[in-house]
Amino acid sequence: MTAIHMQGRARVFGDDINTDYIITSRRKRESLDPQVLRQYLFEEINPTFAGTIEPGDFIIAGKNFGCGSAMEVAVTAILGAGIRAVLAVSFSRTYFRNAINNGLLPVVCDTTGILEVDRLELQNIGESGAGLTIQNATTGRDISAGALPQIMLDILNAGGLVPYFRQYGDFQI
Amino acid sequence: MAGKTISEKILSSKSGMDARAGDVVVCKVDYALGTDGSTPMAIDYFDAMGGKKIFDPKRIVFALDHYAPAPSRATALLHTRMREFAATHGVPLWDVGEGIGHQLIVESGRATPGSLVMGADSHAVTYGALNCFATGIGSSDLAAIMISGRIWLRVPETIKVTLTGKLSAHVYPKDIALALAKELGADGANYQALEFCGPALPTLDLEDRLVLSNLTVEMGAKNGIFPSDAMSLAYLNGRAGGAFTQIDADSDAQYVRGITIALDTLEPQVALPHHVDRVVPIGETPGTEVQMVYLGTCTGGRVRDFHQALEVIKAGGGIAPRVQLIVTPASRTVLETLSRDGTLSEFIALGAVIVTPGCGSCCGTCGAIPGDGINVISTANRNFKGRMGNSSASIYLASPASCGAAAVRGSIVDPREISS
Repeated sequence: MTAIHMQGRARVFGDDINTDYIITSRRKRESLDPQVLRQYLFEEINPTFAGTIEPGDFIIAGKNFGCGSAMEVAVTAILGAGIRAVLAVSFSRTYFRNAINNGLLPVVCDTTGILEVDRLELQNIGESGAGLTIQNATTGRDISAGALPQIMLDILNAGGLVPYFRQYGDFQI
Repeated sequence: MAGKTISEKILSSKSGMDARAGDVVVCKVDYALGTDGSTPMAIDYFDAMGGKKIFDPKRIVFALDHYAPAPSRATALLHTRMREFAATHGVPLWDVGEGIGHQLIVESGRATPGSLVMGADSHAVTYGALNCFATGIGSSDLAAIMISGRIWLRVPETIKVTLTGKLSAHVYPKDIALALAKELGADGANYQALEFCGPALPTLDLEDRLVLSNLTVEMGAKNGIFPSDAMSLAYLNGRAGGAFTQIDADSDAQYVRGITIALDTLEPQVALPHHVDRVVPIGETPGTEVQMVYLGTCTGGRVRDFHQALEVIKAGGGIAPRVQLIVTPASRTVLETLSRDGTLSEFIALGAVIVTPGCGSCCGTCGAIPGDGINVISTANRNFKGRMGNSSASIYLASPASCGAAAVRGSIVDPREISS
């Protein structure tokens, strides 16, 4: 698989963060542009958050991240802010697949020890999709995440479902 | 080899593989729905993927339901774009006023036993009531289906939900669903299927089952599927055009968990703000004032729901002062039926606000938005903070009868107190 190596700050949220909390439905009716929507990320639960995002930040969450509506802007607005990965104890299934389909890396792992603005480094374990390791440079604690099924890796490696379809024209299985 | 669940059987048939829980398969899609909330983005993806034509336009359908009627210039432009794309490619489109896409998929007979129907909206799980594998997808998935007719799916493990006994008077399928949400929690069925079965099924007709299937996504479920029986066939008679195959689970199918709900002992339930699984018996919330009562949505906007609410309101002598009652039928057909049978006139005489069939206020994108500090009781499926367009409002979820009772009293009350 394509090598993954990302570094950035942890931006920590709790359990059951629904897609309306990530970006409210009423914002997306006025614009679908990620560069517009990024200004309103998480406004329902933390109105000042969007102004503090730095490219490369990781979203860290508890269980059931992205529950509720299947709206895909909840993924593209995050990507629009320069965030490349979300680490959570678990994801809602629609958020998980929208993430894969847009090239946002969803990492299922134990996030309980990660605190706000901890410095994290995320990279592959060995070769060919064996999983990921997340090193917390602030606490010195390492955690790991399991591998993804092949088709999900293929879509992620292509950069999402759009480049995947541009390349292949259909699913390759 | 062990037997299969209903979901494993349908995904095996649609993928041509021996699909087992945990496998990832690519399946042929029978129908896919796009709404005005998801389709404009899907059109962008379709173009970006290099899409030229739709694999089979009659297998796609669009619904203008989230912004109905368009509350702004920007949303009107989204509608224009969808109408133009639909006309160019020959895709059927339900325009503003026809109703909620999920309701229309069911009414139009597109969801049939054994079929695979995807909806670019999380409440597509609703069609599971008809023994159909149905789940919510995003805009990129819809674009890929429009091009290829296919989708990748992980085959879910299944939780078996056994329903026993019979509901008491003034207790409804919404109460079963809320009790199940409490039992499982908002992520208790993540990535998994819920398969309903048990001796109570013959007492629950299609409209009842739609409520249960609809709410399964609030427990994280991928789908909420029923077997097909006389109830499903009665509903499909005259709706479904083609042949279909009813799918039963094998007797030795593997389940990850079993839950039994005894309907006879169930009481009316209410979900408290701002979590669908924060559920208590409604009798434990006496005196909570409500200023808005919302009847509608793909959970509670069908004919029977309005009848149940109206019955309690009439038994209680009308609506309390300072309560705003909103009526949003799930479809034009529902509205026509309510008009024909006199229900609509009675709601108008009671002072209800009648809103265009569609998603209405449910996700705060159009319709009546509650003010700051307002408590709403609703027949909907979500009560997240800000869900109805104002994060300073609080939303309680309950059955149509419980919502009717709250309209009478001006506060949350057990509907059995009003009806008796």
